[in-house]
Amino acid sequence: MTPITPYHYLVLAAALFTIGVIGVMVRRNIIVVLMSIELMLNAVNLNLAAFSRQLDHVVGQVFALFIITVAAAEAAVGLGIILAFYRNKDTLNIDDMSLLKW
Amino acid sequence: MIEALAFYVLAALVLGLAVLVITARNTVHSVLFLVANFLCVAVLYVLLAAEFLAVIQVLVYAGGIVVLYLFVVMLVNLKRSTELDEDPRRRSRLGFAAAAALLAEITAIVAYSWTRNPQPTFAPHIPSSGNTQEVGRLLYLDYLVPFEVASMLLLVAMIGAIVLARKEAEGERSEASGEERAERSEPGGVQGSPPFKR
Repeated sequence: MTPITPYHYLVLAAALFTIGVIGVMVRRNIIVVLMSIELMLNAVNLNLAAFSRQLDHVVGQVFALFIITVAAAEAAVGLGIILAFYRNKDTLNIDDMSLLKW
Repeated sequence: MIEALAFYVLAALVLGLAVLVITARNTVHSVLFLVANFLCVAVLYVLLAAEFLAVIQVLVYAGGIVVLYLFVVMLVNLKRSTELDEDPRRRSRLGFAAAAALLAEITAIVAYSWTRNPQPTFAPHIPSSGNTQEVGRLLYLDYLVPFEVASMLLLVAMIGAIVLARKEAEGERSEASGEERAERSEPGGVQGSPPFKR
């Protein structure tokens, strides 16, 4: 078995990111869409950690921490918006959220 | 050898759980698969010698954010799935095609860099001090300003989430409409922003 290289982690993160993209584009439930965004952020964090390991410097982990912070803020505000929207419209379908579209 | 085995098992788990997250019909199941996914990614961080990041991942993601998602899923209590109604304007195939194009692009980038440098290996990791210590030193010395900005962002997000998700209390609402009436009665009064319609 070949030793694990950074490429293994890059390919894994690329696949994870693509799964997140598919979730964002195909699902209609906005909560699942937000969860797919979390998956994509996780893929990016994985890349940062892998490069931090390869270069033997922890700065990548510090940036991953910042990304986790932003993800927490995004989840809180996004879920607040979802709750407000649900109270007004009684639905979570993103196809119904076209008020500002045109 | 053991590390390689652990990586392959964890990678399969991460990808499988991610697929389950986006395919599960029940949103609660989706959230639970997301927790398992985050825990597996945390173990991958341990493999990458990023122990502090792994702990933060478990605490913040699996412990905090996912609980927030669970609360919202329980609060909205959908009677019927959103996936049932077909919208003719929606083109799911286009979404798959765009994702496939993105995957091809990333794969091309990885393959190109692999042709340039076929066998990069992880440098042998010799920790001079603890991982938490190193992260803390970098965070509080070199990245102090971004750290403070991040704390400010969290504060703003907290206030924003409370304002957005708050249900207007009945007494408060009648009080607001009373003020509005008072403002309307005096001509030329500055009209405040109207209260949210629910």
